[in-house]
Amino acid sequence: MKPVIPFVTAALLFGLGVYGVLRRRNAVLVLMAVELMLNAVNLILVTADTTVRATLPHGGQVFALFVIVIAAAEVGVGLAIVLQLYRLRASVVVDQVPLDAAPASELDEPRVRP
Amino acid sequence: MTGADVLLLALGAVAVGSAVLVVHTDRLVRAGLYLVVCLGAIAGLYLVLTAELVAWVQVLIYVGAVVVLLLFAVMLTRAPIGAADDLDRPGLPAALIGGGAGLGLAALLVDAFRWSSVTLPSPGTAESVGTAIFSSWVLPFEVLSVLLLAALVGAIIVSRPDIGSRP
Repeated sequence: MKPVIPFVTAALLFGLGVYGVLRRRNAVLVLMAVELMLNAVNLILVTADTTVRATLPHGGQVFALFVIVIAAAEVGVGLAIVLQLYRLRASVVVDQVPLDAAPASELDEPRVRP
Repeated sequence: MTGADVLLLALGAVAVGSAVLVVHTDRLVRAGLYLVVCLGAIAGLYLVLTAELVAWVQVLIYVGAVVVLLLFAVMLTRAPIGAADDLDRPGLPAALIGGGAGLGLAALLVDAFRWSSVTLPSPGTAESVGTAIFSSWVLPFEVLSVLLLAALVGAIIVSRPDIGSRP
């Protein structure tokens, strides 16, 4: 088995994830690109598990499982935040979110910032 | 080139191709469905790399749960079903940084491993990975369960408008 093939695949997936995070404006699509990056890291971990003979067996696969659990938690909280953003602003476009806007009082009805 | 290498190449090509479509398509729902193809191909890569348990957990959690959550978010934010032209910002800086990161890492890894071969280790079945988790990695495992509980409570509190700091 040539380990360079999955390693290069993972590197390209990570690059595509970075590109997607920077390029996309919709928050849900940004989350999808983050999932691509997390999967690239998992692929690196599982491939390294086959190339490195560590003292503890299968350490890479155990770490991949841990990363999958953390990714599940991350996407749950992330989607809760995205839905709350949509409820407040009626939009999930990430570069139209005014980070210094006054909260609460002026937001009784959802509206889109220009 | 053995059979495993051919499988790795084919599945890697599918994963990278569908990842390109995930970051390029102008339809939100299709991006989610291409993500399913990409994650499924990565699960296939795990199987070829003899990580059986990780492959099935990938199918269960990513393809089963995470993508469904993302599609729910697409629906709940009333995203346009057809093609949308306002999903992207200008792509040149993102292409520079993303391409630099991806190709740089790829060059680094190619330089490190060249065309070397390794023999595959013993398969990571549920038994062997479970033994590893519950003998060497018990503390991180328990900490992760606390993290999951915290994420659960946090997601509930974030999505409940009637609790929190709003007057």
